[in-house]
Amino acid sequence: MKTFQCVVCGFVYDEAAGQPADGIAPGTLWADVPDSWTCPDCGVGKSDFEMVEI
Amino acid sequence: MSSSDSVVIVGSGLAGYNVARELRKLDANVPITVISRDHAGFYSKPMLSNALAGKKTAATLVMKAADKIGAEINAKVLPHSVVEKIDTQARTLLLNDGQTLPYRDVVLALGADPIRLPLKGDAADTVLSVNDLDDFARFAEALDHPDGVKRVAILGAGLIGCEFANDLLHRGIEPTVLDLAERALGRLLPEAASLRLQKQLEAGGTKFRFGVAVQSVDRAASGLKVTLTDGSTLETDLVLSAIGLKPRTALAASAGLQINRGIVVDRHLASSVPHIYAVGDCAEVDGHTLPYVLPLMQQARALAASLAGQRTPVAYPAMPVVVKTPAWPTVVCPPAMDAQGAWTVTETDEALEARFTASGNPEQLLGFVLQGKAVSQRAALAAQIPPLWV
Repeated sequence: MKTFQCVVCGFVYDEAAGQPADGIAPGTLWADVPDSWTCPDCGVGKSDFEMVEI
Repeated sequence: MSSSDSVVIVGSGLAGYNVARELRKLDANVPITVISRDHAGFYSKPMLSNALAGKKTAATLVMKAADKIGAEINAKVLPHSVVEKIDTQARTLLLNDGQTLPYRDVVLALGADPIRLPLKGDAADTVLSVNDLDDFARFAEALDHPDGVKRVAILGAGLIGCEFANDLLHRGIEPTVLDLAERALGRLLPEAASLRLQKQLEAGGTKFRFGVAVQSVDRAASGLKVTLTDGSTLETDLVLSAIGLKPRTALAASAGLQINRGIVVDRHLASSVPHIYAVGDCAEVDGHTLPYVLPLMQQARALAASLAGQRTPVAYPAMPVVVKTPAWPTVVCPPAMDAQGAWTVTETDEALEARFTASGNPEQLLGFVLQGKAVSQRAALAAQIPPLWV
C-alpha cells in the first residue's frame, strides 16, 4: 500500500485507509480512485498528487 | 529599471507558491521571483493544526525545501528577505538587504497575522499563536519540554481553536477552550451542530468555558495561572491564542493601495494601483475575505491566467470548508452573508446534517453542515449550491 500527497495543500491519500468520507473503501489503490475525485481540502484533481514515502 | 519582465511574488505560503506554480504551468519563460521572510520552504499552513495526530514535526511538515521548489517551478526564491518599500512609479521593490528589484507585476501574498488581545500579567508574553511553521516549531518545543505540558488553555473556540483542541488530545493533553461566545464555531455552525462537536470533543477530554475571556496570565507555583473576566482562575501549563486573523496590509498601505479589511482587489485580483495584485489571506476580493484553501486556489488559477495574458476573473463555486476535528468530522459550506433562509437539522447517533434553504423556496440549498458519517455527502450537496461567482 502506498500513500500519495497533494502537492498543493499536503493532504495525504493513504491506499490502506482509503477515503471513506468520499465513498472510497480502505484498500483502494490510487489507480482505482476515480478521476473525478478531488482533494477534500483544496479541490485539485488527482494529477496534482505525488507518491510519497512516509 | 521599469522595463523588467519579472513577476515578483511577495510571500511563500500556499497563496504565493500556488500562484507561482500555476503561472509556470501557463508560461514557461516569464521570470518569477518569490520573496519570503522565512526559510521559504513549501508547507501547508492548514496542516499545522493536525500535525500532532500525524506525528509531524516542523521539519517533516516541509513538503519541499526552498531550493527544491524553486528548481521545480523554475523560480528564483529569496529566503529571509523582507520588502521594505514598493516604489509604484519606478516599479521597484526595496528589500531589507538594500537590494532593489524591478518588477513587471507584483503579487502580494502576505497572509494574515493572528489577532492578539492585550493581556495583563507577568506571563502574558508566554502566550503562543500558531500561524506559521516557525510558530509551530516553538509550540512543539514547548509541548516537548522535559517538565511536561499536561494542560493547555486555548483562547478561542473557532476553527483553529477547535482543531488544535482535537489535535492535542492525540498527545494525551486535555485542553480547555475558552470563548466569549456561547458555543463552539458559533459563526459557522447552527447551534445543534456546535453542540454535537462540543460533546464529541468533551468526550475525548476537552473542556469548554463559554461566555468568558481571559484577563491576565501569571506565573504560578507550577505552570501558569489564567484569570478570567468572571473572576475565576484556571491553572495551565501553556496558553495558545486562536481568536482570529487579521489580513497583513501594512506594506500595501504604505504603497498607497486601497485597504479595507484586507487589501482591496477586484475579481481580477487587481489592487487600486496598476501592476500590483493580492491573493490569499491578505486580500479582500470584491468585498470578501475568505481565509481558506479553496478560495485561494481559485484566486491563484485566475491570477496566473491573467498574468499569462488571458485576463480571467476569479470564479467562486460552492467551497465547503473541512474542519479538522476527527473526534467529530465536520464539513461546512456557509450560506452567503446576505442569504435569506433557515436551517433544518436532521440528527442520528452517528451523523448530523443541517441544510440552509432559501426562504420561499425550500428546494434551493444555500448552505450546509455535515457531521459524523454525513460528511460523505459533501460533494453531492456542494453540487446543489449556487456558485457565488461564475
